[in-house]
This record gives sequence, C-alpha cells and structure tokens, in this order.
Amino acid sequence: MRNIKILIMILALGTIWIKASFPGDALTPEEIVRACYAHFYYAGNDMKARILMKLIDKGGQERIRDLTMLKKNYAEGGEQKYFIYFHQPSDVKDTTFMVYKYPDRDDDRWLFIPAINLVKRIAANDKYSSFVGSDFSYEDVSGRKLQEDTYRLLKEEELNGKGCYIIESLPKGSAEYTKRISWIDKVNYLPLKEEFYDKQGELYRQFEAFEIKDINGIPTATKRVMKNTKTGHRTEVTFQSTEYNLGIGNDIFSERYLRRPPAEWIK
Amino acid sequence: MDKVTYNNRIIYLFLLLSFGFWFLTPPLFCTEEPSIKGFLQTNYSARITGMKLPGAKRQELMLGEERGRLEGSYYPSNVKVGFDMRADVFHDWVEDGWGVSLREGYMDYLMDKFDVRIGRQTVTWGAGDLLFINDVFPKDWEALYSGRPLEYLKQGVDAGKFNIYTDLASAEFIVIPHFTPDNLPSVGRFFFFDPYPNIMNREVEKPKTTFGNTEYALKIYRSLDGTDLSAYAYKGFYRAPAMRADNFISPTTISHFYPELAVYGASLQKSALGGVVSAECGYYDSMDDRNGKNPGIENSQSKFLIGYQKAFQNDLTIGLQYYDELMSQYKEYKANLPPAFFRKKQLHQYITLRVTKLLKYQTVKLSLFTFYSPDEEDFFITPEASIKVTDNALLALGANIFTGVKDNTTFGQQHKNSNLYVLTKYSF
Repeated sequence: MRNIKILIMILALGTIWIKASFPGDALTPEEIVRACYAHFYYAGNDMKARILMKLIDKGGQERIRDLTMLKKNYAEGGEQKYFIYFHQPSDVKDTTFMVYKYPDRDDDRWLFIPAINLVKRIAANDKYSSFVGSDFSYEDVSGRKLQEDTYRLLKEEELNGKGCYIIESLPKGSAEYTKRISWIDKVNYLPLKEEFYDKQGELYRQFEAFEIKDINGIPTATKRVMKNTKTGHRTEVTFQSTEYNLGIGNDIFSERYLRRPPAEWIK
Repeated sequence: MDKVTYNNRIIYLFLLLSFGFWFLTPPLFCTEEPSIKGFLQTNYSARITGMKLPGAKRQELMLGEERGRLEGSYYPSNVKVGFDMRADVFHDWVEDGWGVSLREGYMDYLMDKFDVRIGRQTVTWGAGDLLFINDVFPKDWEALYSGRPLEYLKQGVDAGKFNIYTDLASAEFIVIPHFTPDNLPSVGRFFFFDPYPNIMNREVEKPKTTFGNTEYALKIYRSLDGTDLSAYAYKGFYRAPAMRADNFISPTTISHFYPELAVYGASLQKSALGGVVSAECGYYDSMDDRNGKNPGIENSQSKFLIGYQKAFQNDLTIGLQYYDELMSQYKEYKANLPPAFFRKKQLHQYITLRVTKLLKYQTVKLSLFTFYSPDEEDFFITPEASIKVTDNALLALGANIFTGVKDNTTFGQQHKNSNLYVLTKYSF
C-alpha cells in the first residue's frame, strides 16, 4: 500500500517536473488543484497534530479550541479516517470525535460524550456547517472533491515573494460559495490564500496560510487564518506540533478508543 | 434526584482503597499529572401551572440547587491501570439541606484485547434519543422532567464491566451486584396519578444485595461497512416499582417491589438517506408475570423504534423517531385490570421530534424536543435556548410542558407539573 503510494507520488511528481520543464506543456488547472488537494489534505500516510484554534469575534473576545487530531490516509483523494480529542475548553475536555471520510458517499461520524458515556452517531451531510464553532466548515477541514468544481487558471503571480498559480473554482452544483479564487504555491502546491465569494458576488471569507514549515520533508501550513469579512469574526489556527508517518494503527479509529483515548496518541 | 442521604456501601470502601492506591503510587511509575476539572452550577425550576401541590415543601419550586462538581482522572501512559472520579456537592432548596453525590468512581484495568472497569459507572446503550429499549440502566426521570442537564438523567451503577475486543466483534459484559432503581416523580415535588391516593403508608422493597439478585447485562457489537450493529441481553429487575395489594378492587394495604425482568434485543445505526438511520428492538420478558394476570406487574412487551436524523446546512439538525410497545397477554391484562387503573392500549406509541439550531458561531443553541403519543393523546414538549457567554460560562432557559387529554396517561398525569427552568454553569 505504502509502496504504491510512493510510486504514485513519484509518478505524479515526475509528471509535474516533466510538464514544468517543458514550457507550453504546462499543468492544467485541474492538475494544479489535484496536486494542491493531495499536498494539503493527504500529506503523508498519517498525521498527528496538536492544534490550537482561536475563535475571535470582531470585538476581540477569544474562545479556544485545543485539540489533537489523528488522521490516516487510505488512498490519495480517497478514504480517510480522523480522530479528534478535545483538551480545551473544559466543558468539552475528553470529548472525542471520529470521522470516516469516503470519496463517494457521506461521512460516517461518531461523537463520544463522556458525561453519559455515550457514543453517538451524528448526521454528516452538513459539510458547510461550522467546525466546532469556528470560521472553518467541515469541508474546509476535510477537503472538497476535485470533480465538484470547474477550474480556470486566471494568471500566475507572486504572493509574498512566492510564485503562485491563481486558480478560479466554480462549483458545478450547489455549494457554499459561488466562486473561489486560490493562490497555489508553484513549488509546494499549498494554498497560500483563498477567497470565497457569495451569491451576490461579494467576498465573504478569506483564508491565508502565513507560516509554512518543512516537517519530515512535507511542507505544512502550520499557521492559518480564516476570516469572515462580513462579520469580522476570524479563526486563527496554529499547528503546535505536527508529525507524519507514525504508523497509526487502524484500531485507533474505533469505538474502543473513542471511549478511552489512547494516552500515547493524544498528548 | 440526588437525595440528601448517606449510606455505607461497599463502593466507598473500594474507592477509598483505589484512591489511596492512586495517591501512594505515582512516584513508582511516572511523573504524569492527574487531570482535574469541574464546574459550578445553579439550576432552578418553577411550576408555572399555579397548582398547589399537597405536601410540597416548596410550592412553586420543583428544583432549586447550587452545585459544585469535581472530576479527576489519572491514566498514566505506561501502565495498565487508570482511575476516574466525579463527585458533586450541592445545596438543595426543596429539601433545604446539603448533600454529596458520587456520580462516578471507578478503576480501569486496560489490556491489549480486554478492559475491566470496577466501581460506580454510567452505562448508556441503544440507538434511541430519549427512548430506551436496551438501555436497562437506572435513570432519573425527575431530573429530565424538571430541567436538569441531560447527564443527570443517567444514574451510575455500582458494577464490574468487562470488555473484550476481537476482529470479529467486541463484547461488553456488566455484572451489577447492587440494585439501583429509577428515580420517578415523587411526593413533595411532582403531581402524578395514583390509583389509590388514600393509602398513604407504603413499603418499598428493593432487591437485596445477594448473589441470586445479581444483574447481568451483555452487549455484543461490531461495525460492518459503516453500519453499527449491536445485540443485547439483560437479566435483572424492572427499575420502576410494581404494586402489591391485599386486593386490587378496594385495597387496605399496598406495597411496592421490583419484579424480575429479562430483556433481549438488537440495534442498528448507519448513514443512509442523506442522514443517520437508527433502529432498535427488544423483548421485555416479565418473569414474575408471564401469564399477564397480575395487574400490579407489567406484562411482557415487544418494543421497537426507528429514527432518522438529518443535518441541514447552517447548523440545523432535525431528528424524528417512531416508537412502539406491544403488550403480550392483552386479554389477561384487560380481564384483571382493577377499575382504578388507567387502561393502556395494547399498542402504545410515541412519535418524537428533535430540532436543534446553532447560531452565532455555535454560541447560541435553540432546541426543541417533543414526545407525542397518539394512543394516550398526550405531549411532553421541551424548548430550550442556551447561550455560551464565554467558553466557560453557560446560561440556559427552558420549559417542560406536559399536556394530555386524560389525567392518568404517562404525560397527561403530569399536566400540573409544567415548569420553567434556568441553568447557569461555570466550567473550570
């Protein structure tokens, strides 16, 4: 499995290199977005991150979401499993949340409520709902399917000294946005900035990745912000520690560990 | 409701030993800190029907309390033993006294393929939303009906729990040596239907803590391609009391007891139809009244529920459930039913609706839960609005509304108990 993934990555990177080396035979906009999704949502075989989210309203009042996220990728653009443990705030401490994400159907989601020792199955087709009260939606956290939009390369320009593809994404069906403009780093394919436009064609949300770190050879956006330009509310996200390719077992993503999170994985 | 009482069950001895062990041993295995958290809470509920409850200590006040909670857990990462404890200290305005309540206190022994948990613990089974078939564990209905937070609906059991995990299926086996009844609406706080209101002195006899009265509960479960499947079995007692009378037509003495019960059932939950579909069934074998002729004891019943929950965009979730219970030996039930009793239909049904809407970055929550029984023609409606002022401070305002065509149905008998409640909570 792992060898096949590495082979696919080598082939993909090879293709990118070949195409990049021969002007006139550049990547299509869809290939750029595919590479972006692969690097942003499917980096590594698995990942463990301690994530601090600050939810800040326009008056400056802060709320905190301190969580550990474990993620395992089963196929690029395909099945993923997430395990989230909340450290803070105190009223949700020890709450855990598990998602099985599938490429072709709705997620399976489970929430563990420690106060009544209940594992609750929760409805999942709400990809535009807010993730834990932040400015990020579930879709922002776990990604969007490549075939849901049509893509156009608007231009290439520098953003903070980094060469970027500027891609316009228009949803084929109904979506939260009517237009998304993405600044995708030409070197590491991470989205450095995204703008989301509503039905009136007005900008309402803006994403920025303003710290990229190399972690085990994998470029990672360790500081990100999503701002709602209409309400003035913003969410600042810091990946305080991130590790890849730890060999997280399949069994971690189970009801057993949802009820009793494994201490060695959630610290 | 937590009662302002004290007893000296074996659990306290166990906990004393466990926590003694906890305090003595940390230096031996690691330097990890125990996790401590808690909350301070005030919770008041007032009857809004204006009805005077005979014998009530506080007329309008159904619930009035200040409460402090401390929770501690200690799970060192390199040993197999862990501890967890949740305890409340509270002041109760209705009883006018102070009390202590051990909500949970247990020790875990964690192995590769199995776990053991011993002590007071909360167990929640089944696929229903406020409808329980295979969740045979004790509940506090006064808590639900008077606007206490949901966690107080569930009461802990003093039990040993064994979990086994295999690739084929996992199993949970619970042994409960000490019986805990449900807490039902009681004299002094609630209006409720009593077929024999003139007989005041009633003994209540709980199953004694003997080997023969040990309760056993088993759940076998697995997830199959995103579908959660469970099978259940239970042998123990009804948690609502049955009635014993010298004669049911015009009794002179009445006592209450908890008859024997066995339950067998199954449940399923899966993502389907753009939401989550739940189904559960169970057979209640009323072991002390299998022929259905004793009017003081529930007849055997088959219970079934099906539910559907869908999330819409913008933090709106809607859940619907259909539930029914079919009485066995209905002919015997009718033939032996005393005139003072409410006559149930052979098929008793509920339809429930839950609507939850979150606003303002999920700091404001508007929710509604409604029970409706088409055969008993009664409702129980709970609207609630809550606001998270900060991450730590919560304010909730809600109502419990009971209404029905008759005065002696499940919710109709409570129509004088409709109440408004307010909750403030500070977590730390």
